[in-house]
Amino acid sequence: MPASTVNTKAAPRPAARRGPPLAWVGWVFLILLALVTVIYIGSKAWSNPILFLQNFLDGLKLGFVYALIALGYTMVYGIVKLINFAHGDVFMVGAFTSFYAVSRFNLHQWPLALFPGINPGLSIVIGSLTVVLLSMGVCVILAVTIERVAYKPLRDAPRIAALITAIGVSFFLEFFGALPFVFSGRFIPYKSPFPTTAWYIQDGIHPIVSGTASPDNTISFSNIFLIIAAASILVQILLQFIVKRTKVGIAMRAASYDKSTARLMGINVDQIISFTFAIGAAFAGLGGVLYAVAYSSIWTQLGILPGLKAFVAAVLGGIGSIPGAFVGALIMGQAESLTMSYISTPMRDAVAFTILIIVLLVKPTGLFGEPAQEKA
Amino acid sequence: MELGYLAGTIVKMVALIAWIYGLLWGLGRKKLWQKALTVVLAFVVIQAVILAKLGGVALFSAFDQTLLYQAITMAMVALGLNLIYGFNGQFSLAQWGFYGIGAYCAADITYRWTNGDASGLVIVGFGVILGGLAILGVGKFLKRKRGVPVLSSFTFYLFAIVAAGLVAVWLGKAVSTALAPGFGTAEAPGPLASPMALQAVFFLSVIFAGAFAALVSFIFGLPVLSLGSDYFGIATLGFAIIVKTLLVNSDTILPFPEMKGGRGMLGIPKILASMAPGDEPGIAGFFKNWTPAWLWAFVFLILVLVIVRNFVRSSTGRATLAVREDEIAARAMGIDVAGNKLLTFVVGSFVAGIGGAIYAHYMGFLTPSSFDFIAGFNPLIIVVFGGLGSMTGTIAASFGWIFFLEGFLRVLLGQLGTDAPSWRFVLYPIALLLLMLVRPQGLLGTVEWGFFRAEGFGARLKEAIAGPPGQKPKMAGE
Amino acid sequence: MKRVLTIALVLVLAVLTAGAADLKVAVLAPLSGAVPSFGLSTKEGALLAIQEWNAKGGVLGMKIVPIVEDSQCDAAAATNAANKVINQDGVKFIIGEVCSSASIPVSEIAGPAKVIEISPTSTNPNVTVDKAGKTKDYIFRACYIDPFQGGILAQFSNTRLKAKKAFIMYDQGNDYTIGLATAFEAKFKALGGTIVGKETYTKTDTDFSAILAKIKNAKPEVVLLPDYYNIVNLVTKQAKEKGISVPFVGGDGWDSSDLDLAASDGGYYTNHYSKDDPRAEVQNFLKAYAAAYKDDAGKGKVPDALAVLAYDATNLLFASIKAAGKADTTAVKTALEKISYNAVSGKITFDKLHNPIKALTILSVKGGKINFDSVVQP
Repeated sequence: MPASTVNTKAAPRPAARRGPPLAWVGWVFLILLALVTVIYIGSKAWSNPILFLQNFLDGLKLGFVYALIALGYTMVYGIVKLINFAHGDVFMVGAFTSFYAVSRFNLHQWPLALFPGINPGLSIVIGSLTVVLLSMGVCVILAVTIERVAYKPLRDAPRIAALITAIGVSFFLEFFGALPFVFSGRFIPYKSPFPTTAWYIQDGIHPIVSGTASPDNTISFSNIFLIIAAASILVQILLQFIVKRTKVGIAMRAASYDKSTARLMGINVDQIISFTFAIGAAFAGLGGVLYAVAYSSIWTQLGILPGLKAFVAAVLGGIGSIPGAFVGALIMGQAESLTMSYISTPMRDAVAFTILIIVLLVKPTGLFGEPAQEKA
Repeated sequence: MELGYLAGTIVKMVALIAWIYGLLWGLGRKKLWQKALTVVLAFVVIQAVILAKLGGVALFSAFDQTLLYQAITMAMVALGLNLIYGFNGQFSLAQWGFYGIGAYCAADITYRWTNGDASGLVIVGFGVILGGLAILGVGKFLKRKRGVPVLSSFTFYLFAIVAAGLVAVWLGKAVSTALAPGFGTAEAPGPLASPMALQAVFFLSVIFAGAFAALVSFIFGLPVLSLGSDYFGIATLGFAIIVKTLLVNSDTILPFPEMKGGRGMLGIPKILASMAPGDEPGIAGFFKNWTPAWLWAFVFLILVLVIVRNFVRSSTGRATLAVREDEIAARAMGIDVAGNKLLTFVVGSFVAGIGGAIYAHYMGFLTPSSFDFIAGFNPLIIVVFGGLGSMTGTIAASFGWIFFLEGFLRVLLGQLGTDAPSWRFVLYPIALLLLMLVRPQGLLGTVEWGFFRAEGFGARLKEAIAGPPGQKPKMAGE
Repeated sequence: MKRVLTIALVLVLAVLTAGAADLKVAVLAPLSGAVPSFGLSTKEGALLAIQEWNAKGGVLGMKIVPIVEDSQCDAAAATNAANKVINQDGVKFIIGEVCSSASIPVSEIAGPAKVIEISPTSTNPNVTVDKAGKTKDYIFRACYIDPFQGGILAQFSNTRLKAKKAFIMYDQGNDYTIGLATAFEAKFKALGGTIVGKETYTKTDTDFSAILAKIKNAKPEVVLLPDYYNIVNLVTKQAKEKGISVPFVGGDGWDSSDLDLAASDGGYYTNHYSKDDPRAEVQNFLKAYAAAYKDDAGKGKVPDALAVLAYDATNLLFASIKAAGKADTTAVKTALEKISYNAVSGKITFDKLHNPIKALTILSVKGGKINFDSVVQP
């Protein structure tokens, strides 16, 4: 019996023995829908498997980007039950920080500038890591400030007040950032701290020379894809470790379960909440830098849509669950990529949301979510 | 001189808010003639100000009129959302989508009509009626099989409505072909091409647009309302995004070439165009430029006020409040929780659809970018701002919000040099943050006033039939 | 006391007289909303022209007072902005809006109020022409309309690039790109070419992998990408990473100092002028713009197409006011219809539909810089 069996009628009489009547109608409808989609996409994929693999890879890349942002959403939601709309804008600030660090201060070349004899490759790695760390730091400071100024005073207010505040903070960051003396509202071409290279696979791996055609029917990928995938998986493992194995993680889980009891156990809940915001923001900063490197154009509203989709991914996976956010993000990435490739480009967001709604109907708390507890 | 504008804008803002409160107060009087007098007075006052001149200067320019229409549509959308979120506790972001559906639906009806094509009106009319009947029929059938799961009932409703829609299109095409000669030719316009007919079609188009939005909200709300609060919120956000995507592709994916997709729909009759005072003095000058624009806006405002208020103050409305407070307790009291949520959602969307239809006819031009989900946060902000569960507060917030952001800030920043206008959307979130920090429960909390507090239009009648009322159930915040 | 009164009187008189001799011009630009970047360029271009005219002593001895309004690229906000400047400020001349979706409602307010509106960049034919095909009296534009630019791109692809198969991608929500894509498709087919694919995206998209995979698969000889430089940067960079070497062609939206020259290498675009053009109008404008506006690194800015067109639109307005001899909108309208003005984007005259007739320059991106390719006369 599906968990979503909410009756549309009054006085639900517990349906004895046979379960609710006509339940098969809904299931048949859903299964037929799924079958049609699978057969349709499957037949197209079968006709050109290489193209399908390429689309799958592109979907993975998108999914890994969403995963990096979704983790911050899901952690904050898990602990304060707040949809932190400003998270996407923190992500934007991370991208801009790295932009200024790289193009204005050449921070990515500091090892080479300080120690002229150093191996250039090593210099790039260390320099890029510095840039990333700086962005993460700025994001952490920003997020904790936002939390202290805007959310903390509202902790006992209705939840919606905090949500409206989050929207307000988001607007503020976007349009304050767009003022000419802050970031300016322009679309700024991003200067990557490290060179990007792409390869294609055909009897081995060959690099693509920019401006020349790679052979037809080959799969191509870039170093950015590898870096994003590695970063996303590493962050996932790190977070899992923090939440499951460390004292702070235990405190976080306790605070998310029941704040007042956690307080009674001697946990400083305010600090834990700040810490959660900080971790989420740090990964948003990392995500911002990688996003900017991957797509190489930044502006003050770049965080809105990835942020939103990442949140949807988190909901899809079961909000509050860290592996859920990861899996949800990968599914979102695939849904978008496959919809664009095989169904209809303009409808990709619509399809992604339809999948979300269907998943929620079948499993109301998302794929990995724990069933909500009814308040007595 | 420059300060004069600013002061004038502030005076107008205050006067309009005073006006709407005067209207609410008057509507809240006991005697029927008092209510009627208030309605007439409220209408005449604004109409006079619109068409009057003082020393050669129009008192209420096109700028102020458009702001007033915007405030009225925003109040409608926000009142609908307050019903759904404030009174029933369902966190919905779909309101802006229903607003867009209403706008495009009504615009398409009147657009086709002005081009000598009755099909828009007839098809939507049949669709709404047949769709409603289909829902009632399926509802009857499902009621007999007790406890049908939501997915199955959704499937039944979906197929029934699609079937009804197909029948409506087929019927509508036949009827509109039969009606086509009524429009006559460009040289000899038939009876259907007269201005009076257009006004009547406009009225119908607004109602049908609301009903169409309600129909869509029914079929969408039925499965989705079974989700928990924040999950419901995200699903409704998805709905708003889907609606915008479809509007952008209205000429490619949807079969409506006249909507022109992302290029924007042109040539919608401006029934609610702003009026300018005539040059001739006296009564003749007054009536020379009169159009029913303000009359329509006012009529629909009153209609929406009455619908929303009477819904909240009915027994269904009290059940709605009970569902918000505690679903389990409400169920224990014998309230059909799912049905109640759905009904509230549908009524709220109906009101949003009406708001959209009004918007389309004073703007005369629609683009999908106006119905972006980002703009959809505005009604939510207004509802929270005015106080969840306070209709009075919602109206105050809608008027205040439009006049502050579009009126006052524009006039103020316009005088501070060429760089200042960029600050409009920086000052707005700051004001929002401060207000939330100072009054997280919203401007008025759950306080109601005037009309929203008093007895309904029908209360006297009921009293006469049922004898003196007993202890009235208390409303939250009273 | 008397002195205070005298000073007050003088001040009031000063304000009144200054008010009488002022020429108010409204600049409607999307300073917030979805495209603040376009608003900024437009505002900068228009204000630069106003400064220059004021430095020369104004128009007909009147000092020009700019009134900037935020119109958000949105129909409702633009309506409010237009109503405000017309009814509250008594403005008779409007430069703007950028987006057609905002310019059309503005034109419907400005027209009946007999207010001149010159839109610098709105390409939708319905900005200057109403639904019935009649020219709106007081509404002009300073940019090419879509059929002209799109047609020339198609012709260029066909003859110069010898392309027989084209792939089109455009923003489904932006009528500038829709218009160019539609015009290109019609002309390209008429010239005997085939369209091997047509894909849409939205302006918030950043990942174009799926579309590029389709391009790779469809093997076109030219890809039409008629969008602004920010999208062009995203698409061409990802195309290079995918090993796509087909030339991309586009319209004046490409023109920006922020165009990624490495990524768009091999591409062609149409523009209003070439920066290498030795004409005094062009070089003086580039110099003045760089002197007036600095980017965040302190270097002089290079104007993009939006700034150029706003500058031209504003200059056109003042030149025609001067030609009319008075700031009366009906006279100015007639003057505008007859004007022949040497603007940055070439010699401009208006046709019957109030669209400018001016030459079109085709530029190519090669070797890290933008090169002049050819000029097409209308």
